[in-house]
Amino acid sequence: MSVVQENVSPVRPRTGRAAPRPRLTPVAIVYLALVALLVVGSVLVGLRGEVLLDQAGILNILTRAAALGLVAVGQTMVILTGSLDLSVAYLIGLTSLIAAETMAGRDGMVVPGVLLALAVAAGVGLVNGLVITVLKANAFIATLGVALILRGYLEDNYTGPAGDVPRGFQHLGYDRIGPVPVAALLMLAVAAVAWWYLSRTRPGYHMYAVGGDIEVARLSGVPTRRVVVTAHVLCSVAAGLTGIYLASRLGSGAPYVGTDAGYDLESIAAVVLGGTLLAGGRGGVVGTIGGVLILATLDTIFDDLAVDPFFKDVVRGVVLVTAVALYARRMTARRARGRLA
Amino acid sequence: MTPGPATRVRLRGITKSFLGVPVLHGVDLDLRGGEVHAVMGENGAGKSTLLKVLAGVHRPDGGTVEVDGTEVSFAGPTDAQRAGIAIIHQEFTLLPHRTVAENVYLGREPVRRMQVDRRRMVADTRALLDWLGEDGIAPTDVVASLSVAQRQVVEIVKALSTDARVLGMDEPTAALADHEVELLYDLVRRLRERGIAILYVSHRMREVFDLSDRITVLKDGRFVTCAPTRELTSEDLVRHMVGRDLGEYYPDRARPGDLGPVRLALRGAGNDRVRDLTFEVRAGEIVGLAGLQGSGRSAVARAVFGVEPFTRGVLEVDGTPRRVARPRTAVRLGIALVTEDRKGDGLALRQSVRDNTLLVRRAALRGARARARSDLPALLGMVAVVARGEHQEVRFLSGGNQQKVVLAKWLAVAPKVLVVDEPTRGIDVGAKRAVHELLRDLARRGVAVLMISSELPELIGMSDRILVMHDGALAGELPAGASEGAVMALATGHGLAEAVA
Repeated sequence: MSVVQENVSPVRPRTGRAAPRPRLTPVAIVYLALVALLVVGSVLVGLRGEVLLDQAGILNILTRAAALGLVAVGQTMVILTGSLDLSVAYLIGLTSLIAAETMAGRDGMVVPGVLLALAVAAGVGLVNGLVITVLKANAFIATLGVALILRGYLEDNYTGPAGDVPRGFQHLGYDRIGPVPVAALLMLAVAAVAWWYLSRTRPGYHMYAVGGDIEVARLSGVPTRRVVVTAHVLCSVAAGLTGIYLASRLGSGAPYVGTDAGYDLESIAAVVLGGTLLAGGRGGVVGTIGGVLILATLDTIFDDLAVDPFFKDVVRGVVLVTAVALYARRMTARRARGRLA
Repeated sequence: MTPGPATRVRLRGITKSFLGVPVLHGVDLDLRGGEVHAVMGENGAGKSTLLKVLAGVHRPDGGTVEVDGTEVSFAGPTDAQRAGIAIIHQEFTLLPHRTVAENVYLGREPVRRMQVDRRRMVADTRALLDWLGEDGIAPTDVVASLSVAQRQVVEIVKALSTDARVLGMDEPTAALADHEVELLYDLVRRLRERGIAILYVSHRMREVFDLSDRITVLKDGRFVTCAPTRELTSEDLVRHMVGRDLGEYYPDRARPGDLGPVRLALRGAGNDRVRDLTFEVRAGEIVGLAGLQGSGRSAVARAVFGVEPFTRGVLEVDGTPRRVARPRTAVRLGIALVTEDRKGDGLALRQSVRDNTLLVRRAALRGARARARSDLPALLGMVAVVARGEHQEVRFLSGGNQQKVVLAKWLAVAPKVLVVDEPTRGIDVGAKRAVHELLRDLARRGVAVLMISSELPELIGMSDRILVMHDGALAGELPAGASEGAVMALATGHGLAEAVA
């Protein structure tokens, strides 16, 4: 203890060891990447003599973003809590059918159809949450199992689209204000509520705590089970909303509308692309929306450029891996600085 | 020992055993408001267990706990918190990505109009930080951006925010740099002035003398003495801490003629945990590496084995400088490491005795040598593993037999340099003796052994020379059969070094 120390400031703790404020947060990176993508995309599409961000282009991007955004906002909550939900894609198919079949073309049944679809979604989320917290099944396996159960039900009972959505309800799918679809506004409203919930309310704080370190949370008196179950219910409700929206767009329910678009893995990709740690505890909805917009923009650019669909997947994979590697580097750099001597 | 009116916590006759092994035998302890009460003892003396009893983590098997004159029984840490007792553990319990205020009020966030009242949370946290005179930390700082010392302050603020009147601190300086220790001293003194009762667990002599008002010494789970700090000298303390009967048997040491060439040599080696290490280990020799927890003993072992390699200086094997950047390189060079954490790092618990024994050979060697298994019975016989067969999963073996499998795993690649970290931790007396004899036997066959142990009698009994570490550097070297006092003096950085050695 009598070792001579250099650079010791006698009064304040030395902050040299403490990490300097990160130059850019993942959220900032995501939106900068989005802007860069829009610029590059506009140039590339421009070279073909077309315009990326004309009315149709914006509409295209936002329409794609609406459905994925709804699922991804829910997925953000479970991932922040340190969990994961692989059952959303089948749940989207199921809720689209429940909504459309309940409505059966009658305007008066719109509200009951929506409510029933959401209630079933919440029930599925409750099952997911309870299997994970009470039966202590790993989230990956638990939600995969629930996904298989839903698939079995869908395959057993449906061969194709079913149910009928009244014309009035199709406004949700097709109305727009200028180039902005109503559904995109719905998605942003849901995202805003989720943002408020996560960053301003006590249960939201607890989601970050449980995802950050479940033992620390438990020892600090956080009701960890309730938090995980809540996150799963909210995630499934978000998936239910997606199913309802897609039913309104298709005019009927379709068993594979969620899986065809790969909303399970796609939503996880969007969340991770948005800078949320897959292990939980850090991230948020704002980044997720950025991730969703990047994926939607990429798709639109590829369509405009008429790119080979397989090459499209290659690029998406590269983008995803690059993003996660980038965040991981920042995390390890930070951890190395904060580590004990 | 007569408890004054300010006695907040009174422990009487606390006993505790784990799996039949007694750890505490009837320990008494009083904690008074406005007093720093240090508990000292060697590693394994029962200090941390006592602290955990106070924290409600462990339930005592016998004895009573009184808080403010009322007998209590804690079912868990939450009960202890409710009684106003908070513990700062060695590992931090903070969420790195959240702010200071969010951590302090975790699980107890104030709510106003459906929202977390962030303004109040921040204000209350700032008030506590001000109360402690900590103006270097803002409630809105993210914990990951704070220094280790500052994180400790946050832990303390978190404890205080629950209205704790009794604060237990377990080796609070273990993670701190020297200049940060001074800051912690200030903080502890301020807490004392404000009437908090502090239980300060440490084995660092200087800290205890600098800070405490009273000292309780534990040895092998027994209460030795409790006296006001000003009535004790450091010589008294060392004597109280180590005075024990040395009725154990150890194999004969190496004779001068047994020593062969230098197998392992470090010249000015260091990394971010240890520095300026220069020493040699010869064939046929067991060199003991002593030091307190956190002194860098295990870091030396990990560096030699390439887990967290040296970044400075030279490491030589058989006289040739080598760069050991990975364990695989170390194994190929004939270096073996028996880690401290047998179950975590040493064994694949769900695999068989046979697979574990052949693990390193299969992983690091090539061709026929890797496939060789004809000598398996000989290997297992050499370490005298007792198992139902070579196909039994090692998790079903006793600790001693598991450790023998770990040793067999390394014997399978015939190492030249064997580093053993706590080779007899948690194993019974019979197995201990077997491990001791095996290590000496290996030395006689020309292996250079570097042995780390927190058990001083064992280290002294086994070693041909003892290197003592303190704060990441070598504090000195002692000959075979040095006294425990001499080792402890060097290890605690106590000024007795020259006098005793």
